[in-house]
Order: sequence, then structure tokens, then C-alpha cells
Amino acid sequence: MSVRSTRPPSSVSTEGGVPPFSSADVRRLDGAPGPRPGPPPQAGEENRLDADLMARRSSMARRRRFTIYGLRLVFTVIWLGSWEVSTRLNWVDPFFVGQPSGVVARLWTWITDGTALGPLWLQAAVTMEEAVLGFIIGSVLGVVFGIVLGRIEVLAEVLSPFIRAANAIPRVVLGSLFAIMFGLSVWGKAATAVVLVFFVVFFNAFQGVREVDRNLIANARILGADNRRLTTEIIIPSALSWILASLHISFGLAIVGAVVGELFGATAGLGQLIYNAGHTFDVNGVFAGMFLLAVLALIAEGIISALENRLTKWRPSRVSGEIPI
Amino acid sequence: MAGAAIGLRGVTKRFATPNGGIYTALHDLDMEVAPGEFCAVVGPTGCGKSTTLALISGLERASAGEVAVMGKPVDGIPEGIGYVFQTDAVFPWKTVLENVAAGPRYRGTPGGDARARARDWISRVGLAGFEDRYPHQLSGGMRKRVGLAQSLINGPRILLMDEPFSALDVQTRTLMENELLQLWSSTSASVVFVTHDLEEAIALADRVLLLTAGPGTIKGTFEVDLPRPRNVAEIRFQPRFAQIYEAIWNQLRDEVLVSYERQKHATAV
Repeated sequence: MSVRSTRPPSSVSTEGGVPPFSSADVRRLDGAPGPRPGPPPQAGEENRLDADLMARRSSMARRRRFTIYGLRLVFTVIWLGSWEVSTRLNWVDPFFVGQPSGVVARLWTWITDGTALGPLWLQAAVTMEEAVLGFIIGSVLGVVFGIVLGRIEVLAEVLSPFIRAANAIPRVVLGSLFAIMFGLSVWGKAATAVVLVFFVVFFNAFQGVREVDRNLIANARILGADNRRLTTEIIIPSALSWILASLHISFGLAIVGAVVGELFGATAGLGQLIYNAGHTFDVNGVFAGMFLLAVLALIAEGIISALENRLTKWRPSRVSGEIPI
Repeated sequence: MAGAAIGLRGVTKRFATPNGGIYTALHDLDMEVAPGEFCAVVGPTGCGKSTTLALISGLERASAGEVAVMGKPVDGIPEGIGYVFQTDAVFPWKTVLENVAAGPRYRGTPGGDARARARDWISRVGLAGFEDRYPHQLSGGMRKRVGLAQSLINGPRILLMDEPFSALDVQTRTLMENELLQLWSSTSASVVFVTHDLEEAIALADRVLLLTAGPGTIKGTFEVDLPRPRNVAEIRFQPRFAQIYEAIWNQLRDEVLVSYERQKHATAV
């Protein structure tokens, strides 16, 4: 698996001129009442018209949101319904493709009676522990290496062929090596997650450091910033958009690393649960495990997005035309 | 001259171009700026106006010749230099207050003092009440004010300005020019103001330096003997302004034509 850097979702316009959207525009597009442009309200008539417009905008936004949720529901019903119906009518064999009702039943027995490996929450906790450990260690290493190599050109030139070679090999196979090194412990899986996460974050941090606006660096130097200040106050904040963009992808990779790591030997975890189900031809169990992994990944994604919004509150808010995928 | 704030003697600057050639931006340039003088540098596009500022500020080194600031040869960024950039160079992740306080903090002033001084400068450039905004929440003109306060707070003895108002609309621009003059009159800083706009140069400066089409060298020096304080919006109607404008334009026109022909040629090839 080869990884290149990902662009941050929205780049800040540091060029001269007026930004395409003022924060007021964006807020009003979002449907929430924003500050009113133009002169202070004098005529009651004008006031009423403005209020009308605002109310219409927000009701339109609300209706649109309902439509989207409704259509999502319709999509889910069609998808799961056709799956359920086609297996019930024996058009396809539920033994091979599973069955939504069977998946729900399997989830229910796991919740009430526990799994073959022990209580369900424990499996989820073990996998999350592996993924989170791998994610944190991999991200920190990626950020540190990215910034150091981005700042020290000689080092980047010397190491570049090695990094590219390491990135080109399918690193999941290292999981077997880590299983030997760390045994059945959490660290083997975390290490697999680390090698997957590291490169994504590294390339983005590196690129982010390289893309720092030359003008900002010149300005900081004129204002008297030394090298340390330049790194902490200009380079890192500037690269942060890039780094945060990579964290979204890399948590998914951390879960992949944890699950693959469990393949090479584990006593607990959702990955192990899925393999067990697979080995006993329990297709519904495989789907149930996948479903749990997806839920955990979505929760983590939400936490990362919240973190991103906190750390980049200086950025223009997201334009409402963007679809969050 | 020993007393000059800025002195360039026989300065040449060459750059290596990406396709292996050598581009000479400045050739054998001599210029001097007296303490407290407002000096404008005009010239056609690509004549090395911005390069002059980069050399004075120590961001770039001269290939040949001497660059001295306050009598000392430039080696690294000299003391007492302020630089207002053409494009926005305020830090987008810092609030207005943090942006303006950056200079004093980098120079070792404790945070509290730096912020107090920053507040003072923010109100001086007319941005009181906007301390906690981020740059993207401000208009282009307001961001320029932040940039100006960011430089002036350090009490520069030399202020370098690289087409600072070129991205602004005409009305905002006139407003900012007047405010610049007002802020400058309360300091004793020398200013080097690079612009391609001859009207702006005459309205602001004590002296206008005209550069030739690249490689840039001094083509002429023009004293602007208009009285101060000036109102930039109205000074253009004075007959003396028109005389000076005509005198400089007669020489600038040839250089603009040379530069234009060259660009046409470059795009044709």
C-alpha cells in the first residue's frame, strides 16, 4: 500500500484581497442567523423583511436536512430490505451472504450471553486499546519525523529513498514479525497499527512544513523570531491543517492494523471474533463484527472532527456546499 | 555619506533561474536614504524594486556591492527594521492582539507588557474592539492595518514597504495612505516605499527614485517639494503635483515600454 499526502479540506487564503466568503456569509448559508450586513435597522418595514428572509432561509435549511435524513432512511430500508427478502425467498443462500435479521440476532446473543471469547464489551475494548495506542504512537512519531525532516533538508534528502522504499512495501506483513516480537500482548497489534499510521501522518506533516507560506516565515524573522519560535509559532500551526487532515484517514488505518494484528495471534478482540466466526462458517457473525468496527470507527471520527474544529478555530468556517464525506 | 540610514553602493543581485540561466535583477545600483526620509521607489514591473527591499532587510544577500544600514554592513536581519509585505503576512492562526504582540514577544518583552503595548497600537491603527478577531474575519484593509501595527510596534528606525496597498480598492487605499503618513509623522523612521503607482509615490514621498527596466539601476531621482502635512486625496489637484508627475512620467514611460516589449517577446517565445 503506497501512501501520498492528503490535502487539507480547506486551505486558508493567505493571498491578498478579500476572502471569497466572509464569516457572516457562511453562517447565513448554514441557516443560523448571522450578523446583518449594511446599515443599522431604522425602518420597521425593512426590519420585518429581513426577519422574513431569515426565517425563510432557516426553514429551508431545516427542510433540506429532514429530506436528507429521510432519504438516508429510505436507502437503508431498500438496502437491508432487499437483502433480507432475497435471502428469505432463497434467491440467494443465507449461508453464504448472511441475513440482516440473523446479524441482529447474533449481535443480541453477543450482548446478552457474551461471545465465545468472553463478554462483548471486552472484545471491543481490547481492539480499541490496540487501535488507539497505535494511532497515538504512530501519529506522534509521524508528526515529529515530518517536522524534523521538513525543517532539515539534508536529512530529508539522505533518508528519502529509505522512506519511499518502506512506504512501498505492504507493511501489514510486519504483523507476523510483531507477533513474534511481542507475543500475544496488545503491543504486537499496536505496533502493526503504528507502521500503518506513521507514514500517512509523516507525509502530510512533511508536506505541511514544506508548504508554509514563505511570506509568513520572512515576516516572523523580521519581527525577531528565532528558530525555535519559528518552528513552534509559524511552522507547526501552519502544518496543522495538513496533519489533522491525515488523522481522519489514519484512525481507519489504525483499526485495520489492530484487526490484522489479531489475525497473527490473539486471545481477544473484535478482529479475533470475526476470524472465529469466519472459521465456523458464521457469516452473520462476520457481519456483526464488521458492524461493530464501523460504529467504533464512526465514533472515533466524530472525536477527531471535534478536535480538529477546536484546534483550527482560526480558519474560515466550512462552506456549507461541502459534503462531509 | 556616513549619516545615511540606508546606503547601497554598486549593488548587483543575480538569481539562478530554474532552467539553469542567470537572471540579473539589479545592476550596479547606488542609493541612499537619509534618517527620517520618506523615499519611494518606482519602476516598471520586474525591475527589481522588491529585491532592493529584500537586500536592505537582510532576507537576501547582494551578489556584489555593499549594503549598509545605519552605517553597518548588512549581515543577517539588521536591528530596527520593519517590513510591510505586499501580500498578507499576518499570522492567520493568531488573533489581532497576538499578531501585533508577536514582535515585542519575540524580542523578549514579557507577555503582559507585550499585550498592553499591542492594545495601544491596535487602537492607534483604528482597530480597537477587534483584538480577539482572527485575520480571516477582517477585511483586506483591516488586515493591512494589523500588518502596519505589527511592524510599527517595534519602533523601527527603517520601515520597508513593498506595494503594501496594491491589493486594496481605491477608496480604502487613499484612507490607508493618509493614515500611514499620520503614523509616520509621529515617528522618526526612514521609509522605503516600493510601488508601481506613480501618483501614490509622489503623494507620499519626499523623494522618488526611478528604476530602469530590469536589470534595475537608478534612472533618476526626483525631489517632491510638496508641503506636509499632506492630504493624499487632495494633493493630486495641486499644479506642482502635476509638474512633478509629468517630469517623472516622461522618463518612466520609456522604461515601461522597454519592459512591455520584453514581456511580449518573452511570451511570444
